[in-house]
Amino acid sequence: MGMTVETRQLAIGYPGHEVGSGIALGAGPGEVLCLLGPNGSGKTTLFKTLLGLIPARGGEVLLGGRPLAALARAEIATRAAYVPQAHAAPFAYPVLEVVTMGRTARLGLFSQPGEADRAAALRALARLRIEDLAEDDYTRLSGGQRQLVLVARALAQETPVLIMDEPTASLDFGNQTLVLREIAGLAADGLTVILSTHDPDHAFAVGTGVALLHEGRVRATGAPRDALTGEALSAVYGVDVQVEALADGRTVCVPSLARDAA
Amino acid sequence: MPGRSRTSLWLVAALVAGSFGALTVGPYPLGLGEAISILAGGGGEGRAETVLLSIRLPRVAAALLVGAALAAAGACYQTLFRNPLVSPDILGVSAGAGLGAVLGIFLSLPVVAIQLMGFAGGLGAVALVGFVAASVRVGDRTLILVLAGVVVGALTGAATSLLKVLADPYDQLPAITFWLLGSLAGVKTEDILPAAPVVLAGLVPLVLLRWRINVLALGDEEARALGVEAGRLRPVVIVCATLITASVVAVAGVVGWVGLVIPHIARMIVGPGFGRLLPAAALLGAGYMLAVDTLARTISAVEVPLGILTAVVGAPFFLWLLGRGRRVWA
Repeated sequence: MGMTVETRQLAIGYPGHEVGSGIALGAGPGEVLCLLGPNGSGKTTLFKTLLGLIPARGGEVLLGGRPLAALARAEIATRAAYVPQAHAAPFAYPVLEVVTMGRTARLGLFSQPGEADRAAALRALARLRIEDLAEDDYTRLSGGQRQLVLVARALAQETPVLIMDEPTASLDFGNQTLVLREIAGLAADGLTVILSTHDPDHAFAVGTGVALLHEGRVRATGAPRDALTGEALSAVYGVDVQVEALADGRTVCVPSLARDAA
Repeated sequence: MPGRSRTSLWLVAALVAGSFGALTVGPYPLGLGEAISILAGGGGEGRAETVLLSIRLPRVAAALLVGAALAAAGACYQTLFRNPLVSPDILGVSAGAGLGAVLGIFLSLPVVAIQLMGFAGGLGAVALVGFVAASVRVGDRTLILVLAGVVVGALTGAATSLLKVLADPYDQLPAITFWLLGSLAGVKTEDILPAAPVVLAGLVPLVLLRWRINVLALGDEEARALGVEAGRLRPVVIVCATLITASVVAVAGVVGWVGLVIPHIARMIVGPGFGRLLPAAALLGAGYMLAVDTLARTISAVEVPLGILTAVVGAPFFLWLLGRGRRVWA
């Protein structure tokens, strides 16, 4: 079951403080939309608005064609899962319990997770090859492991849409690749993935579409190779960037380290 | 998990044994066999029966109730506020109950009315905190709630101090002081009977909602992303925990430390999962209060206020926890 995510003339922000406006984005089943933009460009605010965690300041978000504002909390949570940036938990929950929390929207108000929910959580851990962390305390994990656990929790939620806030930010080189490969695999399974990243190469690697966000507005959008030009990246990030094609057809982005480049 | 259910079985067994032990201890000596035969309705010497049924049994029952309630409420507030340093007093329930009861003593009202005023004062203080927090529309809601609790607690504390200054120093002031330090001396069956159903009424929703309360420990935003209506659940939990706390504070006065320290120990034994934490905290709290109250009435000829003992035992223990137990909330 695939599901589209669409925003129309979306304005985002907080009371008395508009972060962005006029945002029109869309992603459908099998697509990976990568959001790029400098720190403070509004990526996290946009994600919170996409999930209905903060209300839109204008325009609307459509989840599977239905306006977000018309959906109940549990309905949103069975449609879209959120992977927040890795954080500290206040108490030492075992990893399996944290991942099982992803099942909450499927449970009745007074229900406890059952065997099927535990199994789904274990499947999610296995998919990311961290099943041996199941009994460990979440608080004792490294930042990268926590990030993987949060991805696993989103997988256990079994939603058609995944919204990931910098899912690779605190991961080592190997785990970045693992998570990117997993994201590509999930999209191939028909999921709709929207993620933010600070690395344009990740957009080249897994993105079917990108949106370049700058000061709350979409500066460029389209296929990665069309939107992420050297000029566009240089303009948004304020450093000189070159985009190069590799011999095998892949594309990488190389920033210049020369001091007078910008 | 078999290991965990065995733990709670041990706790229950120890609690039952401890309760029987506590029934036999006191200035009037009672044998265990005699106590059991009186409880079973087999009768006994008239004086022994009076001591057991009218004095010790209500007191033991009250200790179990008060300890279980305060520790359960503490576990609740700590999970809700995602902070292990939170006690049931955080939103001003004890300060409010204190003011209500002190006002009752000041006006020389009967005991039942003093208890009712304590109960109403506790609920009133938390309601005021909730109202203040709801009318502030900017910033972190949890932080504002806690700060409002501090402010309301300070104001009610000031009012309580004023009443202490105005109170009759020979008659009312000792009663006020004793009440503010907490005590189960002279507690009667009639005192517990109204409190127990209220505690139960507060506990039932907490038990039923235990998984969702667990998810709330991730913070409002994540809980909402996982499908929990945090904005609706949080007030429900606060109301339940406040009902529980206010009803036992009305009976026992202000007993500190239990709601802060006991949930910690429970968390060390069964882990932070709220579904296991709540019953474990209640059992441990009941046992702790039973032990402390038994000490309070036997340690010397004069009753020692509970609040003094819970602080003397609790504070060093808490320091020790800070030193070694960091990983519990690291």
